[in-house]
Amino acid sequence: MGTTQADEIRPFAVHVPEEALVDLRRRIAATRWPERENVNDFSQGVQLAKLQPLVRYWGTDYDWRKAEAKFNALPQFITEIDGLDIQFIHVRSKHANAMPLIMTHGWPGSPLELLKVIGPLTDPTAHGGRAEDAFHLVLPTYPGYGFSGKPQDTTWGPDRVARAWDKLMQRLDYTSYVSQGGDWGAIISEVMAVQAPAGLMGIHINMPGTVPASVLRLIRNRDPAPESFSDVEKAAFARLDYFYRKGFGYAEMMNTRPQTLGYSLADSPVGMLAFFYDKFTEWTHSGGEPERVLTRDEILDDVTLYWLTNTGTSSSRSYWDAAQGGGGPFNAFDIPKVPVAVTIFPGEIYRAPRSWGEQCFHKLTYWNEVDKGGHFAAWEQPELFSAELRAAFRPLRQSL
Amino acid sequence: MSATDRPTRRSFLLSSVAVGALGLSLGQRAAAAEDNAIRPFRVNVPEEQLADLRRRIAAARWPDRETVDDRSQGIQLAKLQEIVGYWGTEYDWRKGEAKLNALPQFMIEIDGLEIHFIHVRSRHPNALPLIMTHGWPGSVFELLKTIGPLTDPVSHGGSPMDAFDLVLPSMPGYGFSGKPKGRGWNPDRIARAWAELMQRLGYKRYVAQGGDWGAPISSAMARQAPAGLLGIHINLPATVPPDVAASLAVGGPAPAELSEKERAAFSSLDIFYKKYRAYAAMMGTRPQVIGYALTDSPVGLAAWMYDYNNGEPERLLTKDEMLDDVTLYWVTNSATSSARLYWETSGQSVLLSAAQKTAEISLPVAITVFPEEVYRAPETWARRAYRNLIYFNEVDKGGHFAAWEEPELFSVELRAAFRSLR
Repeated sequence: MGTTQADEIRPFAVHVPEEALVDLRRRIAATRWPERENVNDFSQGVQLAKLQPLVRYWGTDYDWRKAEAKFNALPQFITEIDGLDIQFIHVRSKHANAMPLIMTHGWPGSPLELLKVIGPLTDPTAHGGRAEDAFHLVLPTYPGYGFSGKPQDTTWGPDRVARAWDKLMQRLDYTSYVSQGGDWGAIISEVMAVQAPAGLMGIHINMPGTVPASVLRLIRNRDPAPESFSDVEKAAFARLDYFYRKGFGYAEMMNTRPQTLGYSLADSPVGMLAFFYDKFTEWTHSGGEPERVLTRDEILDDVTLYWLTNTGTSSSRSYWDAAQGGGGPFNAFDIPKVPVAVTIFPGEIYRAPRSWGEQCFHKLTYWNEVDKGGHFAAWEQPELFSAELRAAFRPLRQSL
Repeated sequence: MSATDRPTRRSFLLSSVAVGALGLSLGQRAAAAEDNAIRPFRVNVPEEQLADLRRRIAAARWPDRETVDDRSQGIQLAKLQEIVGYWGTEYDWRKGEAKLNALPQFMIEIDGLEIHFIHVRSRHPNALPLIMTHGWPGSVFELLKTIGPLTDPVSHGGSPMDAFDLVLPSMPGYGFSGKPKGRGWNPDRIARAWAELMQRLGYKRYVAQGGDWGAPISSAMARQAPAGLLGIHINLPATVPPDVAASLAVGGPAPAELSEKERAAFSSLDIFYKKYRAYAAMMGTRPQVIGYALTDSPVGLAAWMYDYNNGEPERLLTKDEMLDDVTLYWVTNSATSSARLYWETSGQSVLLSAAQKTAEISLPVAITVFPEEVYRAPETWARRAYRNLIYFNEVDKGGHFAAWEEPELFSVELRAAFRSLR
C-alpha cells in the first residue's frame, strides 16, 4: 500500500501552472458583456462601469504570482483528516506561552483574508502588543475551498468540519486551544463550542449567531419589528430584514442549486468575480467602495484563488451541505458551557445586539463594539482585529 | 444580432385615430406616424455569432460533478454535458430561425420601446383576436405550436367558430424586443403596452392569455380593463390566499382547515418555496450580478434555464426546442435584461392573490390547471381570488409550458374557455 500514513502532515507550496494563468487571461479578454444596469445605483448589483475596469486590470496588470508568493512565504501543510485533504497554514510564535488559535475563513473569502493578522497575532511585540498576547496560529482551508480537498459526498456539514478542526489541533499536539472566525468561521467556531471538545477553551466570533427564532419568523413574514424592541434591536432587525429581502439570493442559490450556479462560476471568470465582488461591495465597511479598505490585488488574489482551484461549485456546496441541517447564518446558537467572546464590527451584515447574545451564549466572557471594519474584519482592519483578539482571549489565558 | 432583411410588403402604418388622440400638430403627426410604423421583421443572426457560440461551448470549463445521485443540487453534470455537447455540434439554430421567419413578424415602438411580435390572422372572418404572452425562461418559441390549432381550427379538429387571430409579443427585455433603458417596465406597464398594441392593430374586441409572466401580465390587463378587452385565460393563476401565503413565508405547516386538494397545492408550493425559488430570488435582487455570468457563459446560461423548477423538460420537449429557446436568449444577449423583470417586481410573487391584486379584477377570467404546473390551483382558491371566474378546468397532462408541451390540449382549452365571450 502507500507509504504515507493517514495522519501524516506534508509540507505544501502553491505552484499554479502558467498555462492556467494564460487561459484565465484569454477568457477574460474574450468576455461577452451585458448592457449596463438600467438604474443609477447598486440596486441591481455590481455596476458595469465598476466591474469593467477591475476586469481589465485582472486580465492585464494583475499578477497572481505575488499572491502565490504570499502563501509560499508561510509554512503551509496538507494533512488528511477523516478522508479529506485539508490544507492549512501553521505559524508558531516564538513566545513560549503563546496560545494556540485556529482561525477559519468564510465565503467568499479564503485564508488570504487572514494573512494580515499573522504578524500581530504571532509576533505581538513587533506590533505594539506584549509577549503575553502571542498566539500560535492554525489557518485551515475549509473543505471544498482553495487547496483543501473537495468533498465527494454530502457529509461535510459544519458539524463534521468542526470535529475535523479539533482533530487537526490534536494532531498538531495542541491540547488546549481557542477558535475564532467570522462568516463560516463563526459558524464552525460556534459548532465547536456546542460540541465542546476537551481542548477547546473558548471562541471569539465576529459574525455571531444570535438571532432568536421569533425574530426570523417576523422577518420572513415581512412583519415590522415589535415596539418593545430597543433601538439597537430595531437597527439589527432592519439590517436583517434588508439582508433577507435584498441580499440573500446568492445564499438561496447555493443552499439549493449549487451545481446549477456552479456551471457559470466554473466557466466564466467575470461571472465569478461579479458574484463575489457584489458581496465585497456590500459587506465591507467601505460605503460600497471595497477598494477603500481592500486593495484591488487583495480582492483579485481571493477570486483568482477560487478560479484556479475551480472551487466556485465545491464552495457553493458547503451551503447546500449545511442547509441539509436547516438553520441560517445568523440563527441563535445555544452555547451552554464554552466561553464565547464577541466583537461587533459596524459594517457587518447585522450588528448583533448584546441582549440577543446574552440569551444564547451562556458564558459570554467578552462583548465589544468597535468603530470600523466590516464582514471581513481581519482583512479590513487587521490591527484593530488583532487587538480585539488579544483582549477577548486574555481572560482565558489567566484561567489556564 | 438581428437584421431585418427582405422585408415583406405587409408594412402598414398606424391608423390616424390614435395619433389624432394625442393631439399632435400636423408636423408632429408626420413624425409620429413614422415612429408608429409597424415594420416587418425577420431574424437573421450573423454566422459569426453562431461560430462564437460554438467556440465558447467547446472551450467550456466544467466543475466537478455533483456529490449526490439525483437532481437535488441542480442539473447534473452528465446531463448538462450531453445537452451542451449536442448544442456545440449538431444543433442548428438556422432551423429555429426558420420557424420564426415562417411567420409574419413585426416591430413596433410602444411607450418608447421596440416590441417584437408575431401576428397571424385567421382566414375565418369572425376570429377572436387573442394576445398571448410567453414567460421566463420561455419566449415566443413556447407558443408557436398553438398557432395552427388556434388560427386554423378546421385543420386541427376544431370548428371555424373557434378561430383566433393571434398576436404573440416578446416581452420587453426578451428576445428581439428592445431592452428597457430605465426602470419601470413591470407587468402593469407591459399590460398597458399590450392594450396599445392591440389597439394599433385595429382590434376593438379581444382576449388575453398567458402562463408564467404571461399570467400576471394578462391579469394586469384584466385589472386595467382597457376598452376592448373581453376577458383573459391564464394557466398560472395567482390563487394563493393570504393565510396560506403567510404559512409558506415562514416555512410553517399547512393551515389546519385545508381540503385535500388545497393541502396538495400547499405541499407543492412549500417545496417550490424551499427548494426551487432561488433563481427568482437571485434575479429579483441582483439581475446584473447573475447577468454577467449568464452573458459570458453559454453553459452557465443553459444550466440556469434548463434547471427551472427542477423539471425534466426532455420528457416533454425535444432538445432542439429547448436549445432554440436558450439560443434565442444567447444571441439576443438578453439573460440580464430578462432577469430584470424579476427585479422590477421583486417581492411580488406571481402566485399570491394579494400580490397580484386579483380582487380588483372584474372582467371574466378563465383558468386551466395543468397537472405538472408549479402548483395545481384548487378551484376553491381560484373562486376566492377571481370573483368573475367563468371557466375552470383541470386537465390530465401538461406542465408549466403548457402551450409548448401540449399544444393540442392547450388549444382545446382556449377554445372552450373563450367560447362564451365570442
